[in-house]
Formats: sequence, structure tokens, C-alpha cells
Amino acid sequence: MSGEVGLPISHRQRLWLYALGGLVLLFLIAPSVIIVVMSFSDSTLLQFPPQEWSLRWYQSYFQSLEWRDATIVSVKVAFMTVLVATPLGTAAAYAINRGTLRFNGTINALLTASLIIPVILIGIGTFFLYARVGLNNTLTGLVIAHTVQALPLVVLTVLSGLRSYDMNQERVARSLGAGRIAAFWQVTMPQIRFSIVSGALFAFITSFDEVVVSLFISGGDTTTLTRRMFNALRDQIDPTIAAISTCLIVLSILLLSLAQIFGRRH
Amino acid sequence: MSAQSTLVNDTADATGRDLNARALRADARREELRLLALLSPSLLLVFAIIIVPVGWLFWLSLFDETGALSASNYARFFEQASYVRTFITTFKVAFIVTGACVLLGYPLAYMLSQLPRRAASICLIFVILPFWTSVLVRTYAWLVILQRKGLINSWLIDLGVISQPLPLANNLSGVVIGMTHILLPFLVLPLYASMKTIDTDCLRAGMNLGAGPVATFRQIFFPLSLPGLASGVVIVFVLCLGFFVTPALMGGGKVIMWAMRMEQTTSLYSNWGAGAALGVVLLAVTLALLGLFQWLLGARATGVWSSR
Repeated sequence: MSGEVGLPISHRQRLWLYALGGLVLLFLIAPSVIIVVMSFSDSTLLQFPPQEWSLRWYQSYFQSLEWRDATIVSVKVAFMTVLVATPLGTAAAYAINRGTLRFNGTINALLTASLIIPVILIGIGTFFLYARVGLNNTLTGLVIAHTVQALPLVVLTVLSGLRSYDMNQERVARSLGAGRIAAFWQVTMPQIRFSIVSGALFAFITSFDEVVVSLFISGGDTTTLTRRMFNALRDQIDPTIAAISTCLIVLSILLLSLAQIFGRRH
Repeated sequence: MSAQSTLVNDTADATGRDLNARALRADARREELRLLALLSPSLLLVFAIIIVPVGWLFWLSLFDETGALSASNYARFFEQASYVRTFITTFKVAFIVTGACVLLGYPLAYMLSQLPRRAASICLIFVILPFWTSVLVRTYAWLVILQRKGLINSWLIDLGVISQPLPLANNLSGVVIGMTHILLPFLVLPLYASMKTIDTDCLRAGMNLGAGPVATFRQIFFPLSLPGLASGVVIVFVLCLGFFVTPALMGGGKVIMWAMRMEQTTSLYSNWGAGAALGVVLLAVTLALLGLFQWLLGARATGVWSSR
């Protein structure tokens, strides 16, 4: 690895570039900052910066049964998605990493298909399929659909962990008498566990933030938080959503930092 | 290793070798079955939730309302002006948003690639955090900022710049601004990654040979960054074509894009054949664009990178 960039161009000559880049960064981050600040406003009007501060929108979020139920549904679905997608994705990544299967390319393409296929098509298609098998408006249906959305991320994250792991170690363990499962559990797993945890965290965010598919297949008792937010935004701009949004932003920051910490230790 | 194998070759007779080969082949087959068993739950899910429904929709799109085999679901895209308008709007938005993402994203990625590692990773947080923030949250934020009584309008009116609020949300400009914000990281991240692989020595050599900073950038850096830029552009463009949330919430019912049209035809009018046909064409266009990109840049990109 060579050292830091050392072009004979001074930072002063680059000021315009830093200014431009800084403005784009501001464009990227400002909306989130504005929402977080406004969620503590006391006013029903949209003012920035707010004149009076209060927690009333958080109260209205936590005291509303509708919002609370939707949040509980989303949390449940996200946890179950993690529990299903993480082992499945890890197993798939392990098999792909061997690279000995004849249709490795096709398998890879299939598993990452949900990243490429327009999500609206998956939403409508899943709704249509679920209507036949009675999975619409059920937790099971949501978990299955979200698992398919989260799988590619788990597979790719675990795969990148496996790529930097020497599979010979597992072979050594097996030649020393360990069974397949024991060799994986005691030798491979501890060395890729940080990638697995990162994959699980990505699966959680994917499920929790998923909008389009949930819009079609959730409803009634299983209305997810994002679906309720979408419908609320269609009608009017309720500042309660600023409080909910702030919670979602904090959740993203939390999960990303965890993924970062685990990623670095790996 | 080789000494061992010659020993085996010398001692084993033909039948022994044959037996050995057969056992090895059986072992490989067993191993393959084990790996397939590990993959099968994931593949089964993807098959059930993606391949089956999409295939089913494709099948549905081939029949008209009476259940007869016909191309009427596809013919209406050319015959009905409202469909043509939807396609024009979709491509217009996709071109504008992609262009805006390039204009904003290229300087940002360039700056990130030139910053020292520490500073770059701090700046990257500001790209990755929005990337992982819910699309709904970010669309809501832009609604708050851009709408009639939103932040920008009230600031401008307070400052006396304008007397009537500007129509920023619930129209094309709102959709474009919101989508640009949401899709920008999809361009910046691959572009930044590819810019990081450009060898600084190439640039230094150019400058040693007398090229100024502008010439070095134009003749060395920019061409080398093109594969990364192209992949970002294709990703953003393809995501634009199927984008749903932001146009649905910020278009004010006036900007009907492809995905919204699909939702309306299926949910509102229960016309599954037409909605399915829209989906099939959307998927075909998406895959065609991705395939074209692979074909065009696959050769060039590997040409550039294989020399490294």
C-alpha cells in the first residue's frame, strides 16, 4: 500500500473542490438533521428552527395505539427476518464460496435477483401469489417476503468474510477428526462471526425499512410501521411522523455503528 | 506430493486406479449434493417469492379480459395516450435525476478520493447514513422542506425574495429533488470505489511530464474514472425507472411514473393483465440496460483493470 496521495497540488488550489463537495454533503445530510430538530418542536406549523421546544410529538407517537401496534409488527417481522435470513444466507454463502458447483454463476444471480428486479414487480407479484395461498396480511407472509429481500445482503456480507478466511483451517480440523458441523462451528464460525453479525444487522434494517412490498401484502392487524407512515403521508403532514422518523434515523445510526464496529474487528 | 502420486501410480494396478477414480467421483458428487442442500432453502424461497410470481404475471399478461390469448395488454401501450405519457414522464425523470446525480456525485466522489484516508472516511459517513435511512423518512423530509408552507417557501417569503410560495413539491421538481437525494449514494459509492483504484503514480507521471492539473485530470484521471461512473449511472437510471415511493408521495398525483401506473392498474382498476404487462416490460428494459452495460463495459473495464 503506497502512502497518502501526494500530488503537487496544494489544498489551496483545491478549495473550490472542497467547497463543492461540502455543499453536496450538506445536501445529503441536511434533510435528516432538519427532521431530527423539528421533531422537538412545540408547533404544529413547520418552522425551522422551532420557536418552542417540546416532546409532544414523541408523546403522540408513543401514546397512539395505531402507531404502537404498527411499530410492534415491524419489530417482530424484522427480528424474525433476521432469524430466518441469517442462517439461510450464511449456508448459501458457504456453499457459493466453495466455488465447485457447476451452476455457481446462475445460483449467484438467483440469490441476488431481488437487488435487480424492480421492487414494485416483486410487490405486485407477491400480493398476487399470497392471495392464492392466504398469506396476505399475515406475519408469516411478511417474514418470507422480507427474507427474500434481505438474503442478498446476508449472502454478500458473509461471502466477503469467507473470502478472507482460509478454508484449509476447516480441512485441518476435519482431518484431525472433527465432524463437518463441529469443524464449521468451532473453527470457521468464530472467524467469520463478525461478517455474520453485520449481515444480520443489514437484514434487520432491510426488513424494518421495507416499504413497497409491505404496502401490498400487509394490512389490518399486520400493518407495518412503514405502511402506516406511507398512508399517513398521503393524507397530510403530521409532525408525529417527524418523531417517528427521528427514531428510525437513530435506529439506522445505531445499527450501522454496530456493523462498523463488528466489521473493523473482523 | 508428486513423489507420492508416482508411488501410487507404480504400485496400483489398472483396476485399483479405476476403483479409486470411481470413489473420488462419488465423493465429489456427494459433496456437491451437500452444498446444494445448503443452498436449497434460499433458492427455494427466491424461487417461490420471485420466480413464480414474476412468471405468473408474465403468463397473465398474455391474456385479455375475456381470457383469450392476445397481445392487447401490450398493444395498449402504443394505443393509449395515457400510457405513452407515463413512459415519457418516467424516462424524463430518469434522465434528469441521473444527470443531477452525475453533476453532484462526480465532484463529491472526486473530493473523497483525493482527501486523506481519515477525512475521507468521516465524509463517507454522510453518504452512507442517508443510504441506510428509510426512503420514507427522506421523502417526508423533502415534503417538509419543499411544500407550499414548507421551509424553503417560508424562508424566502420571510426574506422578502418572493411574495407567493413557489410550487416546489407535488410536481415534477419535487419528485426530481427527492429522487436525486435518495439515489445519489448509489452513484457516489461505486464511483468513489473505482476512483480509489486509480494509481496516483499515473497522475504524478503526467504532471512530471509537464501536464498541468487540468490536463492531468482531463487526460488521465477522468478517462480512468469512466467505468466507475458508468456503473453508477446505470444503477441510478435503472432504479429511477422502477421508483415508487417518492413519485407517489411527492408527485401530487400529477407525475405518474411507471411503478405508480402499475400500482394503479392493479390496485385501483384490478386490471391484472395490463399491470402485469407493464411489469414485464419494466423488467425487460431493466435487464436489457444491465446486459448492455455488461456487454459494453465488461470488455473495456476488464481491459483497464487487467493491466494492473
